[in-house]
Amino acid sequence: MIREIRQGILFSLVAMALFGGVYPLVLWGIGAAAFRAQAEGSLLRRADGTLVGSRLIAQAFRRPDYFQPRPSGVDDNAASAGGTNFGPSNPDHLKAVRARLEAIRALDGVDPGEVPAEMVTASGSGLDPDIPPAAALGQAARVAAARGVPPDRVRALIDQHTEPALLGFYGRARVNVLELNLALDVSFGAPPPDARTGRPERRPGDPS
Amino acid sequence: MGLEIVAILFTILLTIVTSVPLGRYIFKVFSGKETGLDPVLRPIERLLLRLTGVDVTRQQTWKQYALSMLVANVFMWLLTFVIVSVQKVLPLNPDGIGSMEPTLAFNTISSFTTNTDLQHYSGETGLSCFSQMFVVAFLQFVTAATGVAAGIATMRALAGDRLKHVGNFYVDMTRAGVRLLLPLAIVVAVLLMSQGVPVTFEGAAQARTLEGAEQAIARGVVAPIVAIKQLGTNGGGYFGPNSAHPYENPTPFSNLVETWSIAILPMAMVWALGHFAGRRRLATMLFAVMLAIYLPMTAFAVRQEAAGNPAIAAMGVDPSGGSMEGKEVRFGVGLSALWAVTTTVTSNGSVNAMHDSLTPLGGLMPLCGMWLNNIFGGVGVGFINMLIFVIVAVFVSGMMIGRTPEFLGKKVEAKEMKLASLALLWHPLAILGGTAAACHVWTVTQDPGAALGWLKNPGPHGFSEMLYEFTSAAANNGSGFEGLGDNTPFWNITTGMAMLLSRYIPIIAPLALAGSLAAKPRTPETAGTLRIESSTFGFTLWAVIVILGLLMFMPVAVLGPIAEQLAGP
Repeated sequence: MIREIRQGILFSLVAMALFGGVYPLVLWGIGAAAFRAQAEGSLLRRADGTLVGSRLIAQAFRRPDYFQPRPSGVDDNAASAGGTNFGPSNPDHLKAVRARLEAIRALDGVDPGEVPAEMVTASGSGLDPDIPPAAALGQAARVAAARGVPPDRVRALIDQHTEPALLGFYGRARVNVLELNLALDVSFGAPPPDARTGRPERRPGDPS
Repeated sequence: MGLEIVAILFTILLTIVTSVPLGRYIFKVFSGKETGLDPVLRPIERLLLRLTGVDVTRQQTWKQYALSMLVANVFMWLLTFVIVSVQKVLPLNPDGIGSMEPTLAFNTISSFTTNTDLQHYSGETGLSCFSQMFVVAFLQFVTAATGVAAGIATMRALAGDRLKHVGNFYVDMTRAGVRLLLPLAIVVAVLLMSQGVPVTFEGAAQARTLEGAEQAIARGVVAPIVAIKQLGTNGGGYFGPNSAHPYENPTPFSNLVETWSIAILPMAMVWALGHFAGRRRLATMLFAVMLAIYLPMTAFAVRQEAAGNPAIAAMGVDPSGGSMEGKEVRFGVGLSALWAVTTTVTSNGSVNAMHDSLTPLGGLMPLCGMWLNNIFGGVGVGFINMLIFVIVAVFVSGMMIGRTPEFLGKKVEAKEMKLASLALLWHPLAILGGTAAACHVWTVTQDPGAALGWLKNPGPHGFSEMLYEFTSAAANNGSGFEGLGDNTPFWNITTGMAMLLSRYIPIIAPLALAGSLAAKPRTPETAGTLRIESSTFGFTLWAVIVILGLLMFMPVAVLGPIAEQLAGP
């Protein structure tokens, strides 16, 4: 029995060093050598080097001159991600969905039938960086008007930033909201700086 | 929807096709035959065995084998319990994460040592980098290796004739870890990194968003952990939302790699059995029976999710995307539903969509997957769970045709049936008993909504949340209806106990059963022998699994998901 116990302890320690230590370190090395940008989190920087976010992580957009991402169950908090975990028939859930739909209709002046279900439901991570192309096109007129540019040019940008499904059939076509908004600023200039700082204001349907 | 079905079939076919050679590789590794990877991996295996002082010539009986397994597991439990309890002061804690309180630590460590990976904490705020590596990654390797070892020992016992010994636990563990899991995990992790899964020790990135707000973006040593959590049927993610988080699963391609990783080893283990028993047709029959349950479940779940939420459709929005609450745009409903079924039949428990937000009947499929828990199942242990049903089906068929039940030429007698019944009945007992206890606590508490704060959702869905939690714990799955506020002493302790008992009873009882079969002489097959490779027996097995495995849970299914569906919004 003593032999068994000694064996158990020794095996646990050595296996911990290999699988908990050596294995992640080897991959960290491979990441640093071959996939530097991905390994640090696919971060996006402005020309002056300041960090603007990650292309994989949604950030809050509330101003009319930017495209908006999907609703988030965690207020786009990238340090504590999550979904709403609302069941499909939960009255609070349906109330939130209705509030989001009304807000989109008021902002973009579109019929409910033109709003994809993705834009009134919260994502699984709360940080979904993408929206369906139809959801971007639905916001194009508003963004163009807010920036005073022809809607066709905004739509052309959406086309450029639409990523099709892998090999045309795997996953769904999507538009990365942060990259599209960065492209807006590059094409049409950044909007005047906003006096507001800190957390953006809440949207209808946001978690309380 | 048409293309999504193509994508689903493509994923399943790719996994099946690649599982065949991997099954052969597993057989070679565990029967001491040469493989192409030996020049690289054998030296690591030898080094590890030398460092740990394993006597490679020592052969163990099933009892000694089980004892070694328990002793090793106890020390891994103690070691990692200490680490998470003092992680605050340990190195590699860039985000300054605090130590775990005792009941949460008990639950977390029981969860990871049992290959369950139920998480009552959220990775971003609950575990330091050090704990993610030396607790999570370490346990995800060794618990999967434990499952493989137990599975292999059982296969050897079944294939043996008057066999006393089933192998050496530490040799099998080392082989499973070094020669099976490690190379697969490295390849998968590199593929994931190429798609954007980060590996960094730097902690959260501080960004200033386009609108001028501050954004802290949690990062970490993500890719290595995601790789092994997928491959080892572990399921414990780096971040709270698991593989729905863009850093764990950034693209459709990473989703393909991760879905493949969930099912590849459980599928390959079925082929490995065929090699060990020298009966390829038996493996094909078992595989077909599993597919005949897995495919209809997947089709049903996809249909439910694609149909969307009628309450939202009634508001007039464009419902063509399906039920997207809790799902990510890059995957859509098809790949999310495929994952939900795959991760629960295999005891994995990772998610790429929030299961609490699945449609009522779509969410019933993950529950069914865990109630059965043997359709491919967890690495190694899934095969063991299937063995129990095979023994029962052999027994039932034997009774029907009036012959002594036999399996692989061994008589199945009272002792084997008792052990099979023990393993079979523990599962519903843990789930139904646990759920009943939770319901009782809820009903006797005054104003439970405020006092307990458990249930996020009212009505039958709230019941489903509690049912799902005990189902997941007992199936060693680890996914959850995460609306349940489960980080309380009640849930931490009860589900912790459920996970421990539900791991070791269904490993040791079948190992004893196999050991008992192994010691028996093999009787030659005659014209009167029940042919277990036949499609007739396959259909009997399928029926036994569905009737016996699911009927026990029919009442709770009616109280939860089915009532919710019938009530409507």
